[in-house]
Amino acid sequence: MTLALVLEQLLNGVQFGLMLFLMSAGLTLVFGVMGLINLAHGSLYMIGAFLCAAIAGMTGNFWLGLMAGIAAAAAAGALIEIVVIRRLYARDHLDQVLATFALILILSEGVRMIFGPFPLYLNVPDILRGTVQLGIVDYSFYRLALIGFGLAVAVGLWLLISKTRLGIQIRAGESDREMIAALGVNIRALYTIVFALGAALAGLAGALVGAIQSVQVGMGEPVLILAFVVIVIGGIGSIKGAMVGALLVGVIDTMGRFLLPRIFATFMDTSQAMGVGAALASMLIYLLMALVLIFRPKGLFPAHG
Amino acid sequence: MDNLRKEWLLNALLALALFAVPLWAWMANEPFIITLATRIAILAIAGVGLNIALGLGGMVSFGHALYLGIGGYVAGIAAHHAFSGTTVLGLPGTNQMLPIWAMAMALSGLIAGIVGALSLRTSGIFFIMITLAFAQMGFFFTLSWPAYGGEDGLPIFVRNQFPGLNTARPWELFLIAYGVLLASLGVFAMLRAARFGAALMAIRQNPDRAAAIGISPFGVKLVAFVLSGMITGLAGAMMADLTRFVSPAMMAWTMSGELIVIIILGGVGRLFGPVAGAAILVGFEVFFGGVSEHWKLWLGLVLLAVVLFARGGLIGLIAGRAQNV
Repeated sequence: MTLALVLEQLLNGVQFGLMLFLMSAGLTLVFGVMGLINLAHGSLYMIGAFLCAAIAGMTGNFWLGLMAGIAAAAAAGALIEIVVIRRLYARDHLDQVLATFALILILSEGVRMIFGPFPLYLNVPDILRGTVQLGIVDYSFYRLALIGFGLAVAVGLWLLISKTRLGIQIRAGESDREMIAALGVNIRALYTIVFALGAALAGLAGALVGAIQSVQVGMGEPVLILAFVVIVIGGIGSIKGAMVGALLVGVIDTMGRFLLPRIFATFMDTSQAMGVGAALASMLIYLLMALVLIFRPKGLFPAHG
Repeated sequence: MDNLRKEWLLNALLALALFAVPLWAWMANEPFIITLATRIAILAIAGVGLNIALGLGGMVSFGHALYLGIGGYVAGIAAHHAFSGTTVLGLPGTNQMLPIWAMAMALSGLIAGIVGALSLRTSGIFFIMITLAFAQMGFFFTLSWPAYGGEDGLPIFVRNQFPGLNTARPWELFLIAYGVLLASLGVFAMLRAARFGAALMAIRQNPDRAAAIGISPFGVKLVAFVLSGMITGLAGAMMADLTRFVSPAMMAWTMSGELIVIIILGGVGRLFGPVAGAAILVGFEVFFGGVSEHWKLWLGLVLLAVVLFARGGLIGLIAGRAQNV
């Protein structure tokens, strides 16, 4: 085990964490502003990836695909907000869970009907191919670009929320929904915009990750569960919490899978250590989430309101 | 006819249909239909378990697949060791359903006790998420633990046995499942009618008032949660014997979702809600699955319609709003 290998895994963890942040940011905004649990967020991630892969495959241009993926996810988000989600704001969490669970079934089958049952493949764009030399590590250029992308989006989101009029309305919506409606903000339109914004971020994450994974139906659900872990750890409704939670989950999950089997191998026989280490590593972030909930029931950065 | 009588009539009809259809299938030599009815009965038992926590106690557990999986693995591991003549933790394996059921209920009750004690400190979305997190731990543990098949799952080569009946015959296996279903429905009805059930429902409706009249919300909810996990665990052991296979998929979060769906489709807190819901779900899978490979799309649309427009589920649709839930 060399230092270079550890560093590479650490970078992978950060990259994974930033992609999780893109997913979690929308989820936490939607919960913070509208008080809604949206299980179908993973389907928007899937839609982004599928559209990106399809358009990039047709035109040969990754960036065109990326645009299409983001636009399709945002449009799908706005549509389902208007048709379904809007009716759920006043309902209890059980109804929200069920209705959005139903949306997963509908959207997954819908994508399967349109794109067929086989996975699509999305190539890394030519200018981001290969590796770059980072000190002692040769690191994948595309993964490095994902880190850059994630950070840029995080900064953009922070600017949007802290500096713009829309951001003020979003923050106001988080602290008192009725009051901002009474002050004349078109709350219905605001909800649709927030939902579409979250959907666009999920679509972006799906399209970006699609190039290093296969694009298939059901790809959204594992990420969705992780995004929930992230926002529960970070504190539901808090963008800062989502960032901290996402990086924690990304790094702990990646490093746990890498380190635990090796640590166990120092005092156990190798094949057994692999089994125990892998089993424990895959449970690690859920353990973290349970611990956070037990000791800080509202997460690390509880949102106000 | 008043709603209460309508519900009783519907319940009797459901109980009769679930018996009569496989009886006909047995005489007409249609083992596939008997197996479907057995699947409905076992899923309904799991649903009855969840209905105690969700329907009576208002605890939205999004992790009940964990107990289904624990029950399943108890059956699988016991049969595995009985088959190979080895021991596990000093205990011999067994191929008898009764001790397996006892073990499955004890273990899932124990785990539900731990999960419940930790999770009930939270509420709302946090409760949903922490129960999900514990189920995911179980899912990933079984997925990556190589001793009992890991990702590939664990087959049960010979179905476990029940005294006096031949479990290899679909009809006799159905009778066992049907009997256990009736027993679990009896437990649910007794709980609901007892002081304990009244306390549990009072806590669901208003925890502060319940506490003010001297009921400890935490203790009552925890007991309900443990009972709920035990019954779902029992269903898991039976499900493993029906399919003669256990795999991490039994603990997947989608399974937890399906258990909730079963209760909602049937009617939350209704005695026969899980029976109606399990019948709808399995019926949908079989009939629409035969017509279209995209049957899940239609299931999604129906579920969405039920949540948005028919909140009492099937039983609520026919027998009107519940009296006491």
